[in-house]
Amino acid sequence: MSHILDWVIVHEQMIYIVVLMVFLGIEVIGRVPAVLHTPLMSGANAIHGVVIIGAIIVMGRAEDDNYIALGLGFLAVVLGTLNVVGGFVVTDRMLEMFKKRK
Amino acid sequence: MGGEILTIVYLLASVTFILGLKMLSDPATARRGNWIAAGGMLLAIAGTIFLYRDEDGRRLGNHVWIFGGLLIGGVVGVLAARKVKMTAMPEMVSLFNGMGGACAALISIVEFGRLLRVPVGWTEYPPLSSLGNVDGPLIDAGELLVILAGLLIGSVSFAGSVIAWGKLNGRIKDYAFKRQHLINLSLLALILVIAGYVHHYVTGTPVKVDSLKDALEGGIRPGGTNLARARLLFYTVFGLALVYGILFVLPIGGADMPVVISLLNSFTGVAAACGGFLYDNKAMLTGGILVGAAGTLLTIMMCRAMNRSLRNVLIGSFGSTGGGAGGGPKEQGTHREISVSDTAMLMNYAHKVMIVPGYGLAVAQAQHACHELEKLLVEKGVEVKYAIHPVAGRMPGHMNVLLAEADVSYDNLLELEQANAEFPTTDVVIILGANDVVNPAARTDPSSPIYGMPILDVELAKTCIVNKRSMKPGYAGIENELFFRPKTAMLFGDAKKVLQELIVAIKDL
Repeated sequence: MSHILDWVIVHEQMIYIVVLMVFLGIEVIGRVPAVLHTPLMSGANAIHGVVIIGAIIVMGRAEDDNYIALGLGFLAVVLGTLNVVGGFVVTDRMLEMFKKRK
Repeated sequence: MGGEILTIVYLLASVTFILGLKMLSDPATARRGNWIAAGGMLLAIAGTIFLYRDEDGRRLGNHVWIFGGLLIGGVVGVLAARKVKMTAMPEMVSLFNGMGGACAALISIVEFGRLLRVPVGWTEYPPLSSLGNVDGPLIDAGELLVILAGLLIGSVSFAGSVIAWGKLNGRIKDYAFKRQHLINLSLLALILVIAGYVHHYVTGTPVKVDSLKDALEGGIRPGGTNLARARLLFYTVFGLALVYGILFVLPIGGADMPVVISLLNSFTGVAAACGGFLYDNKAMLTGGILVGAAGTLLTIMMCRAMNRSLRNVLIGSFGSTGGGAGGGPKEQGTHREISVSDTAMLMNYAHKVMIVPGYGLAVAQAQHACHELEKLLVEKGVEVKYAIHPVAGRMPGHMNVLLAEADVSYDNLLELEQANAEFPTTDVVIILGANDVVNPAARTDPSSPIYGMPILDVELAKTCIVNKRSMKPGYAGIENELFFRPKTAMLFGDAKKVLQELIVAIKDL
């Protein structure tokens, strides 16, 4: 238990960010019209693709002889990239259809 | 120097995520917002590859692998996203979400391996000769907690998203068995217990410093943690989390998939945030938590649009109790059919026509034909509007996207309340492949599974024409009384074909 407490103290800043981001996330999309629910979900989907950073770090730190880390890291990079690139492109395709209406 | 620049890069990326999400929630700025967030992401990825240093100041290696992975994922991602049909977009989003979840789970698996191999404070195997006394815990308890959380949430999100994808494209059927929710909850409890035990087992045993050398050589951690056993337990958590993800989504009806995808989307956000803690990375943390929070709110907003609670969607799922939910299919009398030429006549001499699009329109890809009919009627002096139910189609906003593709003016799309206010002055309502969103049972029958959902009051109009392929019930699997009302006439056939015939018939008048 004391380890967990230590960890909380060490990560105090990060925990503050979490709390503030929860409120910000709710505030930022609070007034979205129903029309944009789907593109917004898709855009948010692309943004959590930021997990790719973790995959890159895993891949870049894998030792040359650690084939499991290399293999899994590589797979993680591919999947994370799919999430990011596919997510932003699909969102753009959805939104492309809104642009001409004005 | 590189480290400082990277900190600023991450800060910039975090700001673009917040800004992007904000701009995405306004129709006028949405498209730019999407690209701003994408730009921030690119910056963060490039910054990580070139500027990242670990605790010992070493750069990342394996650049060939990294760029190879980025290239493969990038090319496949663009192709998949470009080629997918408009109707299949929801399941594509689900699949991409699953990829993100899998990515988070894989990161946890690799990091768990590292954690077991490398004592805290060291970034690689210490040379065995230099081993002296080591104080404190060898495993960072908080780090292990974050790894387990990332594994659990990422795996559930991955497995659940794949099932949601399969359900939306019809490959996977709804499947429910008795006491499913009880079994699911027990499984979740079991997973949490095992995960807690892994945590306790790996961190809770006391450190015996003098055995460290033997330990590193023999695969037994100081204090007696058996590595093989710890790994086995860890992979059990992984496997069970995948099973839970499958069982979690399986009983939920296909019509509720958008809500489920949105929920799993926020799960993946939280899993990404776990990575933020693991690497002390504020861009991952900001992006992840932002999506986790916004995604949860979006999920609740989608539920609200259907006037249902999240609990009701997840537990009291449509269809899981079969036809019994609606009190069983009742014989409702006879319906009246109408021909294309009679419909053409009715519309041609109407003052105001209201079009109610539904999933049938999307399946038939009839949006262009629909817009053509609208233009033709407007030329003849008929006022034409579209009544858009917030959950028509398979996703909120589905119809708007589809009609926008066919160049239908945004001003002619009426939302639920506006549309309901205009029905009393409408002569002809034509319903194109919509069903549950116009079902009067939602207002009149408390035993109906959709009771309480706001519907389009099409019955207020003078005439109501329903285009469907057959008399089969809609996605929620319940009968629609509307079809048997005296004001209603049925126009059977594929939406696109019927619309094209209508256009020809009206031109001939």
